[in-house]
Amino acid sequence: MTAHHDAVVVGAGIVGAACAEALSRSGMSVLVLDASFAGSGTTAAGMGHLVVMDDSPAQLALTAYSGRLWAALAPELPRNVEHEACGTLWVAEDDEQLEAVRAKQSVYADSGVATEILSPAQLAEAEPHLRPGLAGALLVRGDAVIYPPNGARALLQRAITNGASVREGVRVNAIGAREVIAGNERISCDCVINAAGALAPELTPGIPIVPRKGHLVITDRYPGFCRHQLVELGYLTSAHTMTTESVAFNVQPRATGQMLIGSSRELVGWDGSINRSIVRRMLDRALDFMPGLALASAIRTWTGFRPTTPDKLPLIGSWDEMPGLWIAAGHEGLGITTSVGTGQLLADLITGRAPAIDPAPFAPSRVLAGVGEH
Amino acid sequence: MMAPLAGTDATLIVADVAVIGAGPAGIAAATRAAESGLRVVVLDRGLETGGQIWRHMSGGPVPRMAQRWIAQLSRSGAQVIHGTSVVDVQHEDAEFEILADSSGSALRVRAGRIILATGARELFIPFDGWTLPGVMGIGGAQALLKSGASFAGKRVIVAGSGPLMLPVAASLANSGAKLILVAEQARRSAVMRFAAGLWRAPALVVQAARYRARFLSTSYSTGTWVTAAHGADRLESVTVTNGRRTWREAVDVLCTGYGLVPNIELARLLGCDTRDAVIVVDAQQRTTVANVLAVGEATGIGGEPLSLIEGEIAGSVVSPRARISDALLRKRAALEIAARRMLDAFALRQELRSLPTGGTIVCRCEDVSYGAVKDAVCARQAKLYTRVGMGPCQGRTCMPGLDFLLAWQPDTVRPPIEPALVSVLSSELADDAAASILFNSSVGEAYQ
Ligand SMILES: Cc1cc2nc3c(=O)[nH]c(=O)nc-3n(C[C@H](O)[C@H](O)[C@H](O)COP(=O)(O)OP(=O)(O)OC[C@H]3O[C@@H](n4cnc5c(N)ncnc54)[C@H](O)[C@@H]3O)c2cc1C
Ligand SMILES: Cc1cc2nc3c(=O)[nH]c(=O)nc-3n(C[C@H](O)[C@H](O)[C@H](O)COP(=O)(O)OP(=O)(O)OC[C@H]3O[C@@H](n4cnc5c(N)ncnc54)[C@H](O)[C@@H]3O)c2cc1C
Repeated sequence: MTAHHDAVVVGAGIVGAACAEALSRSGMSVLVLDASFAGSGTTAAGMGHLVVMDDSPAQLALTAYSGRLWAALAPELPRNVEHEACGTLWVAEDDEQLEAVRAKQSVYADSGVATEILSPAQLAEAEPHLRPGLAGALLVRGDAVIYPPNGARALLQRAITNGASVREGVRVNAIGAREVIAGNERISCDCVINAAGALAPELTPGIPIVPRKGHLVITDRYPGFCRHQLVELGYLTSAHTMTTESVAFNVQPRATGQMLIGSSRELVGWDGSINRSIVRRMLDRALDFMPGLALASAIRTWTGFRPTTPDKLPLIGSWDEMPGLWIAAGHEGLGITTSVGTGQLLADLITGRAPAIDPAPFAPSRVLAGVGEH
Repeated sequence: MMAPLAGTDATLIVADVAVIGAGPAGIAAATRAAESGLRVVVLDRGLETGGQIWRHMSGGPVPRMAQRWIAQLSRSGAQVIHGTSVVDVQHEDAEFEILADSSGSALRVRAGRIILATGARELFIPFDGWTLPGVMGIGGAQALLKSGASFAGKRVIVAGSGPLMLPVAASLANSGAKLILVAEQARRSAVMRFAAGLWRAPALVVQAARYRARFLSTSYSTGTWVTAAHGADRLESVTVTNGRRTWREAVDVLCTGYGLVPNIELARLLGCDTRDAVIVVDAQQRTTVANVLAVGEATGIGGEPLSLIEGEIAGSVVSPRARISDALLRKRAALEIAARRMLDAFALRQELRSLPTGGTIVCRCEDVSYGAVKDAVCARQAKLYTRVGMGPCQGRTCMPGLDFLLAWQPDTVRPPIEPALVSVLSSELADDAAASILFNSSVGEAYQ
């Protein structure tokens, strides 16, 4: 008979780790279980861009909130989390996109996110390796990057300091009413948090999360070649539209001087193999914006699976079909960013505190009500 | 970085057989296949034909046998392309498409058959001080000698394992180095038994005897190994032990290496079965993937004569008439016995598993210490948490040593299997890309 816990978190990805941190900070006794090891799932594949995004008002609210939480955490993070406050440049190719940049600026301002618009000359000075002739960019100074697996471990370590325990290599077979079944063990608890990422539907049938594959390429070290996380303005369209295949220009400078080149989206189930033609298209897109990358040496490629919901918003809240069950999954391409906001929101909901942002758009019940893609 | 190259179109070569690696095994395979009329292309990263041994052969001209093979290869009609790293290979239906970084340009090769002759690289086991200037690989020392570096007057220790130490020690002695010690970790009894069995492979005896003669004045100590290297900014001394006694030797240079690790990344990318980190092949040198053959050290460490014979067999297997002489098969069998004896004789001792201390750097690219990785549950966890093996060399140097120390299974293989320019990975064939004319028509016709 295993001891009773206030909460059992299933999944030690960055989302589960953040939930464990927030719950344990609220004084709950927390047990975290992971089938493999902490940060080994999608978190291991993520780019680690902590970014405010405005695909929807709810996304903006959660990412901006999470951005503030990360900024507060930053000074306390261990070095191996590689937190770098490099900011984001949303690059506009033409005047039409520059209009969109201006609109974005006012939307961000309404959420209290400070931005600056860079002229073509300022952009060229900020990022000399971007191709000439771009229309400008929106600089979001508050955005940052981290190294996700160690981000998850750092959050987990904080949870442990708060008294949580973590068991790795323990696969949960089923979640029951106020209990978790792992092998021949039944672990009783007041609440279970399904934070199994893209695998969450295996434990809670009926939640509409599908894996959305992404590729990344990492280069050798070229310190200073790229200084901000660079994203094309068209990225949001690529992320939002559930086409079978899309690529967008997305380049990230790492603390090591390496560059991460993304990004792609594909709906191909769980096939993790490298799709050469997608890599080619992704690199072509990057070369279109940064021609000098052609002579960078690419040392490694990999893929990962974004846990994706029909409306691209995570599921955060109670799952009324099962007593005591809460969901924290489906963070698509933003889970590194939104992990900390998710943890805090969930802990507030569980402990009955007033959350800092409106939880309604994230309520898992919306998918039961049949809210589709908008 | 320089200005980008204009255009990202790849060159295309179409061949019947693509041989990857121009060491003895690849040379023999390509020669026999091309002699039968097939269109053969050989790709090698190096700037010269000959692989690890002939390219790096030090102290004197290329041996006569190498010259003979290289001449045969060039007469055979096979096309050798140097400075070309194969970074990816895919297969569709009955055809393979290879992607290579060819001196910075993209090269794509389509072929119906592939012969993997990718050889082996040195095994390094990390110990305190191994990253000090003055400590180098045994193969690295050989390459330096070849490029004309002088070791004259330097106090040198060669320590590690395997027959490779002998020729390098001989060359070092030849070049005027003060050879202090050749330390072989294997037990004396095992080495003696191996040497006694050498009559089965007379060429090896002659070779070994010749090497031995050159540094007779130096002590060749079996059951002896180096546990640490010391020095402020560069190597000053090493700690040596034979298990009973431990002592210091003042040195300028330490050449070290614990044998060879087969290069099996391409085979794994193709889906070929491997066992004990060696490509699995049948009696015809065929791998478990149709139309992919493998030869030489990549199929098991066995030395140059065995590599040559395996190459000849594979080259014959792919040729239209596909006849393999019994004599070749008999020779291969005998050499395989010798190879197995060698592996047994130079098996690494348990004590070497405790060479590194917690503070020993294991990954030079990412500056990761042994203490940071030794408790990881698998290679993937260690990589993710500490970045070990994630630098520019992608673990080629450190991972085999860590696999030995910690009994890790190698992590997955993904393209590119070695660093490639972004322009190469993003390259495409121009719409009108025609197969470049590399083969004259008479050779093409002979293949009908
Ligand atoms: C290519 C790519 C780039 C990305 N870039 C960014 C970015 O720049 N910024 C950003 O914010 N986000 C990014 N993301 C998204 C981000 O990586 C994910 O949203 C996030 O990692 C999801 O975390 P998670 O904890 O929900 O899932 P996971 O990390 O997958 O964690 C789930 C955990 O649950 C465990 N588990 C599953 N089933 C069970 C079971 N039955 N029993 C026990 N344990 C179980 C797994 O072992 C795993 O460790 C990117 C994603 C990809 C693929
Ligand atoms: C560092 C070193 C030094 C050696 N010195 C000696 C010695 O002095 N005396 C001795 O008897 N034996 C020596 N050997 C052993 C000897 O090399 C082998 O016994 C024999 O040469 C093996 O022949 P091979 O054709 O299988 O491999 P190799 O000779 O290793 O040839 C393999 C070739 O494949 C190429 N290659 C591999 N992967 C790729 C790729 N992805 N793309 C393009 N090209 C690729 C390599 O550049 C290399 O040229 C040495 C081995 C090594 C590793």
